[in-house]
Amino acid sequence: MNNQEYQGVFVFAEQVDGNIAGVTYELLGKGSELAATLNTEVTAVLLGSGIEGRATSLAQYGADRVIVADDPVLATYMTEPYVKVLTDIIRQNKPEIMLYGATAIGRDLAPRVSARVHTGLTADCTKLEIQEETGNLMMTRPAFGGNIMATILCPDHRPQMATVRPGVMMGMDPKADAACKHEVYEPVNLAASKNVDILEIVKKVHKKMDIMDAKVLVAGGRGMGCKENFKLIEALAEALGGAVAASRAVVDAGWQEKEVQVGQTGKTVRPNLYLACGISGAIQHLAGMEESDLIIAINKDESAPIFEVADYGIVGDCCKVIPSLIQMLKELK
Amino acid sequence: MKIIVCIKQVPDTTEVKLNPETGTLIREGVSSIINPDDKAGLEAALRLKDACGASVTALSMGPLQADVALREALAMGADDAVLISDRAFGGADTWATSSTIASAIRKIGGYDLIITGRQAIDGDTAQVGPQIAEHLGLPNISYAEALEIEGDTVIVKRQFEDRYHMIQVKMPCLITALAELNEPRYMTPGGIADAYRNKEITMLTRADLDVEDQNIGLKGSPTRVFQSFTKAVKGKGTVVNLEGSEAAAWLVERMKEKFIL
Amino acid sequence: MIFQLDKEHELTKQLFRNFAETEVKPLAQEIDEEERFPYETVRKMARYGFLGIPFAKEFGGQGCDCLTYAMCVEEMSRVCATTGVIVSAHTSLCAEPIHKYGSGEQKEKYLIPLAKGEKIGAFGLTEPGAGTDSAGQQTKAVLNGDHYVLNGTKIFITNGGVADIYIILAMTDKSKGNRGISAFIVEQGTEGFSIGKKELKMGIRGSSTTELVFENCIVPKENRLGEEGKGFGIAMGTLDGGRIGIAAQALGIAQGALDETVAYVKERKQFGKSISAFQNTQFQLADMKTQVEAARLLVYKAAWAKDNQKMFSAEAAMAKLFAAETAMSVTTKCVQLHGGYGYTRDYPIERMMRDAKITEIYEGTSEVQRMVIASGMLK
Repeated sequence: MNNQEYQGVFVFAEQVDGNIAGVTYELLGKGSELAATLNTEVTAVLLGSGIEGRATSLAQYGADRVIVADDPVLATYMTEPYVKVLTDIIRQNKPEIMLYGATAIGRDLAPRVSARVHTGLTADCTKLEIQEETGNLMMTRPAFGGNIMATILCPDHRPQMATVRPGVMMGMDPKADAACKHEVYEPVNLAASKNVDILEIVKKVHKKMDIMDAKVLVAGGRGMGCKENFKLIEALAEALGGAVAASRAVVDAGWQEKEVQVGQTGKTVRPNLYLACGISGAIQHLAGMEESDLIIAINKDESAPIFEVADYGIVGDCCKVIPSLIQMLKELK
Repeated sequence: MKIIVCIKQVPDTTEVKLNPETGTLIREGVSSIINPDDKAGLEAALRLKDACGASVTALSMGPLQADVALREALAMGADDAVLISDRAFGGADTWATSSTIASAIRKIGGYDLIITGRQAIDGDTAQVGPQIAEHLGLPNISYAEALEIEGDTVIVKRQFEDRYHMIQVKMPCLITALAELNEPRYMTPGGIADAYRNKEITMLTRADLDVEDQNIGLKGSPTRVFQSFTKAVKGKGTVVNLEGSEAAAWLVERMKEKFIL
Repeated sequence: MIFQLDKEHELTKQLFRNFAETEVKPLAQEIDEEERFPYETVRKMARYGFLGIPFAKEFGGQGCDCLTYAMCVEEMSRVCATTGVIVSAHTSLCAEPIHKYGSGEQKEKYLIPLAKGEKIGAFGLTEPGAGTDSAGQQTKAVLNGDHYVLNGTKIFITNGGVADIYIILAMTDKSKGNRGISAFIVEQGTEGFSIGKKELKMGIRGSSTTELVFENCIVPKENRLGEEGKGFGIAMGTLDGGRIGIAAQALGIAQGALDETVAYVKERKQFGKSISAFQNTQFQLADMKTQVEAARLLVYKAAWAKDNQKMFSAEAAMAKLFAAETAMSVTTKCVQLHGGYGYTRDYPIERMMRDAKITEIYEGTSEVQRMVIASGMLK
């Protein structure tokens, strides 16, 4: 594989039901940075059915070019048709870098594409940089359950592929009238590549704000004592105009749903304010929230690791501090 | 029906602590376990064995001590076990690992279903399962929350962030299992005695596998580790010992200072 | 002589440890406070074969050795002494004598369901007037054609009221003294057999300890276990095995108390430092660990002896004597190291101390164990 033949930063533009996933914009932002360093372009690759119109927003968020593959078979994500199309596009275009969101789609699609194309793939990257001497992509990711960070290279294979967790990279501010090249990829006989049948699609009912969108998160851990005490967390979140989050222990105990779990196996959040109540701060939890702008922790145990990352910490009883706090916040209004 | 379940022996990363003085990981005393996603996959296979007499082969690639994980699988009820182990396979990234495992599966042959875990708690990549499927030319369905056999097909509840798909796929195929799939059974004391006294673990070394050198081990890995380091922990802030309303008042002042309020 | 568990036993110990931590520990305090028999735990243990560990597969057991069984009782007791004694009484005192002395039909009818955990077992020897002086049996069994008629009372029977199958000792010929005692298998629900008073105890409060009342209870002749007049020998032989179970229970209690205390002293700060930094604490921990290790060696050796020697009474007695006294002394010291908190029910240590006491008393008091050991030396 001659690396010189490979040029360009490609981003898999993930979409569900015609809506572009937030992580796509974040990847376009990062992709633009990388492309600038490499003196090359950012191309968004969009697969779907009836999604032509979405190309504009991709341009606004940083794509210099958009390749669109529009076909009824691509309407809903299925591994094989998507892998086939993407592999074709990669072989035709020879990008040096390809980025995907580390989502339930990306983490199924990217491994298969990388195997078909015989290249390296690095998962869940939290940092992407270009190595000065070589122009290689340096992909940094958590390993060993989040206990260490590793920087990975893919020196001799192309494209260098990486998946990135949503909420980790920053998207650009959208440019209103962004120019962008438009290309169409025509799939041939795609229906033949289908090897599974989707019998049913069931959406989960969402009542709460996604914790990844919240600017303020009030998170509760086992230290809250019991499920009933989470009412305090909810009340405090409301008083601060934020959302409720939880540690893994709380979700495992059934006090909260998995959607609000923060941590290595939950979601990564970076709100303006993260208020950790009764959370010890195990590494797996910190991995999901330590990039928060301001971290406040309340815990009975002064040796709790959460205090190592908190900007402000109270050694005290959550069940006594929180009600007082709620009261004071109400008075301030 | 013949099922091959791929399992990995991993350190229990939830137990691993950081040495505060040296900043390095304390790995001693951390127990080795069967990766949770894989264990759920194994349990799913054993339930199919209970329900319709499927045969279950547990397969693992790892150092010799991975033998314990395979004994555990046998003690839970797997019919046989295979350990792929050789210095030549060491240092493998997911491409090389999946190539090696795929060649072992090809050698075993005769399978209807391959089950792997979605991801391992030490590598966390979620890549090996789909890549094995690619090497074997099989369809794969990842993130299985539930699975059922219907005739010569598998019906899988495939998890996404905000929804799930019910997908039907013809065997042979590969499924990656989520820990949420089920509650794995415990071993029985008699099962453990059997696993150690009456069962043999088949060893597959480099010589036994039909796979190219350029696809295995460190040399066969497109990705390599440039460096690894423990995370720079965000500096410690201000911690105070206050109670109830005093604590609340102090916090309110701090939040005002930072323009949260 | 190998002082390390082989891989098979290591994995088995891990199995018991994981099960105990996940399934048994969460209920321990509750069943103690409510004095509730943990039926749900027993069902789970039955599913995984924990109630038939040392019996051959043909009898529905797991086909393992006595050491494996002892480790099971040890690990259950480490988090919940009640659960440990349920396994021990069922296995050693009821299933084992049927296994050792029963006829083919008796094994088929009773051992298999016991080993599978489908039925729970108990053992009735102790009477109001016959504790340490166990030969003073007042319960009578009179042969009448094809059956025996039992009359009498048993007290302090572990698993009483919850068991389905009971091994009952009774006097068939008073003139022969010891040699006039016989053993019987009595099923719950038999006419004339009722459960009497349920004891309110200091410890192992989730364990069901009751009186058994026999009023003209009809027991079929084929339910006599072993020959007439051989009952006392059967009882003593059974107790030898049971002592290993109780020794394992005591060992588990001691280890559990020690583990809790090590964690506590690391956390607790006084005078500006963790109390684990004080030499008094450290020396006490060192002494306790040494004692528990010594107890472990005696218990494991006794278990080995049961499988490998014809006679193992001395080993079993020494193990029970030492482990029980260790459990009592260790749990007492551990409560002390917890200070005031150790006296409250917020911490499990007070329960462990209350649980430990009985190990010095039942299945032969420490005094009886001393008698057994000395008599073996002075033959």
